[in-house]
Amino acid sequence: MNRTYELMFIVRPDMADEDLEKLVSHLETTVTSAAGTVKAVDRMGKRRLAYTVRKFREGIYILMTIEGAGTVIHELERRLRVTEQVIKFLTVRVDEEHKRLGKIKALRDAKKKVSAQPVASAEEAPAAAAETPAADVPAATV
Amino acid sequence: MADETKTPAATERPSRPFGERSGGGDRPRFGGGGGGRSGPGGPPREGGRKFFRRKKVCKFCTEKIADINYKDYRLLGQFVAESGKIVPRRLTGVCSPHQHRLASAIKQARNIALLPFAGRAS
Repeated sequence: MNRTYELMFIVRPDMADEDLEKLVSHLETTVTSAAGTVKAVDRMGKRRLAYTVRKFREGIYILMTIEGAGTVIHELERRLRVTEQVIKFLTVRVDEEHKRLGKIKALRDAKKKVSAQPVASAEEAPAAAAETPAADVPAATV
Repeated sequence: MADETKTPAATERPSRPFGERSGGGDRPRFGGGGGGRSGPGGPPREGGRKFFRRKKVCKFCTEKIADINYKDYRLLGQFVAESGKIVPRRLTGVCSPHQHRLASAIKQARNIALLPFAGRAS
């Protein structure tokens, strides 16, 4: 059962870039070894935290989009918990939301098409109306 | 005298008793458009004079925002009071299904330190 997850985590602001890269690549291998796929990694950069976390007032945000079963997330979260540099993380399942958004989008597109349709049906209607009297006329003459 | 004018107004709209509070610290941007004198969407406080308040509409319905995401903290911040509380629906006019999604998105954003649990973002 493949599901899509978004994993957002915050690392401490004083972390070096190469250490961060090492951590991210380490997590990627964790995902792939657990039969999951990493679809995207977004480094959102340093941002001020809304409240202090482990006495840090800012942190580096990283967002990973992962596809796989729940066991992948389980393993990943365990690793994040033991990693000292990671100060906070949040996993959100997004596939159902994506499905819902796709449905809404399809619905909106369909509505646009409906508004375009009446013109076509209006053209057909007089043509059909014109045919019926023509068929009636020979019957009347006979 | 003031009490006499107030009581018929309160009986007119009994469903919104809380909107009449004057201590409006918890609702920064919504509702109290009339200088906090009257409740949001409620009746005018001063007897006799009538003025119409525009009916509040759901921002997400009118602007067709389908995706209420926890990452979009700027959007969510519009629905969080100064104290950090989620602004109630009766003040913002957000429709029920959207308020539901909004609330869960705000809670997720709080968990990842994009929005504060209490107080302003430090």
